Amino acid sequence: MTKPFNLLWLQSGGCGGCSMSLLNAETPDFLSYLHLNHIQLLWHPSLSEAGGDEFLALLASIEQGNIQLDALCIEGSVMQGPNGSGRFHILSGTQRPMMQVIASLSEKARYTIAVGNCAAFGGITMAGINPGEACGLQYTGELAGGLLGQNWLSPAQLPVINIAGCPTHPNWVLETLVQIALGDFNQDNLDHYQRPRSYTDHLVHHGCPRNEYYEFKASAEQPTDQGCMMEHRGCLGTQARADCNTRLWNGSGSCLRGGYACINCTAPEFEEPEGHFTRTRQVAGIPVGLPTDVPKAWFVALSSLAKAATPTRLKVNATADHIRIAPGDKTEQDKN
Amino acid sequence: MKKPPTQRRILGPFNRVEGDLEVHVAIDENQVSKAWVNSPLFRGFEQILQAKDPLDALVYTPRICGICSVSQSIAAAQALAVAQGIQICPNGQLAANLILAAENMADHLTHFYLFFMPDFARPVYADKNWFDSIQARFKAQTGTATKEVLPARAALLHLTGILAGKWPHSLAIQPGGTTRPITAQEKISLLTIIRSFRHFLQETLFGAELEQVAAIQSANALSTWQQSYPNADFSRFLMLADDLNLDSLGRAGDCFMSYGAYHNQQTALFKAGVWQHQYAPLEPHQISEDLSHSWLSGEHEAKHPFEGSTLAGNHEPDGYSWCKAPRLDGKMVEVGAIARQIVNGQALIQELVSHSGSNVHHRVVARLLELALVVPEMEKWCQQIHVQDTFCLTAPMPEEAQGAGLVEAARGSLGHWLSIKGGRIDNYQIIAPTTWNFSPRDASAQPGALELALQGTRVEDEAKASVAIQHIIRSFDPCMVCTVH
Repeated sequence: MTKPFNLLWLQSGGCGGCSMSLLNAETPDFLSYLHLNHIQLLWHPSLSEAGGDEFLALLASIEQGNIQLDALCIEGSVMQGPNGSGRFHILSGTQRPMMQVIASLSEKARYTIAVGNCAAFGGITMAGINPGEACGLQYTGELAGGLLGQNWLSPAQLPVINIAGCPTHPNWVLETLVQIALGDFNQDNLDHYQRPRSYTDHLVHHGCPRNEYYEFKASAEQPTDQGCMMEHRGCLGTQARADCNTRLWNGSGSCLRGGYACINCTAPEFEEPEGHFTRTRQVAGIPVGLPTDVPKAWFVALSSLAKAATPTRLKVNATADHIRIAPGDKTEQDKN
Repeated sequence: MKKPPTQRRILGPFNRVEGDLEVHVAIDENQVSKAWVNSPLFRGFEQILQAKDPLDALVYTPRICGICSVSQSIAAAQALAVAQGIQICPNGQLAANLILAAENMADHLTHFYLFFMPDFARPVYADKNWFDSIQARFKAQTGTATKEVLPARAALLHLTGILAGKWPHSLAIQPGGTTRPITAQEKISLLTIIRSFRHFLQETLFGAELEQVAAIQSANALSTWQQSYPNADFSRFLMLADDLNLDSLGRAGDCFMSYGAYHNQQTALFKAGVWQHQYAPLEPHQISEDLSHSWLSGEHEAKHPFEGSTLAGNHEPDGYSWCKAPRLDGKMVEVGAIARQIVNGQALIQELVSHSGSNVHHRVVARLLELALVVPEMEKWCQQIHVQDTFCLTAPMPEEAQGAGLVEAARGSLGHWLSIKGGRIDNYQIIAPTTWNFSPRDASAQPGALELALQGTRVEDEAKASVAIQHIIRSFDPCMVCTVH
């Protein structure tokens, strides 16, 4: 029998939402998924029996090297405040700042995995004046460094693996863990921000059910409008790297399918947009933040052309809360 | 004989409490004489929200908490709606109620099966005649229940996939409604999701129709019901609760508050109010927060949240928690399912509480009873949606305004208080359910609900005391990430 790959999951300064999202995993459920792939959950804050002294003894065994830890998953930002002391987050029963515990365990774990935008980049906890002096494990926003430092490598010679998202999709986490456990994961699987390319080689735009509106620049104006949300409603789906519209959420959902903008929650500093989250910034009537790799002049030209060619059906439906005009059938005349 | 000295113990960390919790206890004559509850994580959402565009609160506040995310959205949306002077439209209200109920029902289920019951499968109970069957059913991770509950929970949350895009952290809930109009076909999908969840509850948790459970109006009827359906998971809990006298464990102050839940245009499924031996209407202006035993900086004088502040500055020397002490007219109140049900006049909960106060047993009964009360209502709300009507109204954002949003999360009353000046957020204060239940002492040294509930716990046997303390803590269904935020 193969030696199980073991996993320790700790929560730092976060909301616990990535764990809650993990419990949404289906066919199979989260625990079965780990079990079937020979991953042993040493401890998870929502699911384990052990607490208090038993849990502290487990941490001590790992720190002393008596238990070999394969993967350390950290959820939530690292709380460095006040004044770098880490006292905004003390591990209960120990008087130890959580940031010290994380730094110590990450030297022991073969792989360290930041689950969620908070652990990866600092995330929502870093917004505004960043009152908690929050940062990520190896980034502070877009800036490499974070708690562990830019050049830090785990004992398996990989940087922190940043499964960024707010929250993470359960299968981003589970599939990455299994890839790692199988020895199938290396530097080539990571993108520029050390995120697994398995989900960041895609754009949220891919598979968006509003694509036809996008093609003809038929735009939504109000919260329930059916049209494309890029021009007015703040949608960053054409820039955001994730597969949210091809790998759906909670059965059939995604942000765009739910009628609201993609806020690019897999990216560092998504928590501080230049404008409003759900209103597009425009300069001279042109949305700021066009698709990253489309030349601007072409985009503007194509958009003007598309707008001129927009069928009435899309124009009407784009600003309606239900389909007002259904697509027609081909008539004999059309066929000739 | 000389009295033995008071012992002090530090307990923690506690898991299955959604975040970080530490408890200090003083022990005299083999029982807990005093307890101090500490929330050791501070993130500072109130400061994060300063000077933001008011509508951006809909992005930030759900992310306070991954388990009460929708409750946070709804509290923010309500506070904004008051500030904007708009009323949510009927479809938007029904959709928001369905999304909130899906979260709350999923939380009740998660709490019972994954957070609370596994403690009865601990080796400390190995001598009990029920131990083998309880361990087989509820052991953390490996019990047979987990494999049934996780898929049922995930399937229920498909409702949020349709109505809210995803769970947690949706932006679908807006001041005037929700962003997701549905089609006639999607209405059928929603109804089927709710009915599948009903089926799961009837087969697994209750062993009977939800309406039969909802009709239990007295302690006698509860006992008869337990004998009639002994193999249901609810009955397994009632059986071991009797054996362990869980109704004498963890009594708090017996004063309860509910903001009222699941509103429609005229009324609410569960009404707002306060209960202390009798019903009284809720007076939200009587809510205040006291900083005297918190590490937060600011004046010690208790303030209404519209006047409050949340500043982590100097690690105040008298403090022992990042949590403030919220009080209603100066009184400590308990919030949660037990409070919602007693305030709403539910006969079984009123009888239980009048007999033995709030305690571990009654809190769990009230929570499970709510599953039976709310799921049939979800079916009705779904059918009341008129798919051709609007789902969301909009209105301009005023330059100066105030608004409060009061909502019931699974674990109790959640309030947001928002002030807008110059079109930006000038002040935003949040009081979460567990801020009430797990508050530190106030200026008059009045303990919080958990601090009181822990007093008197017998500690002769260390292992049994340790697990008893955990039953008490988890009976509140705490959410520590919300508590301090």
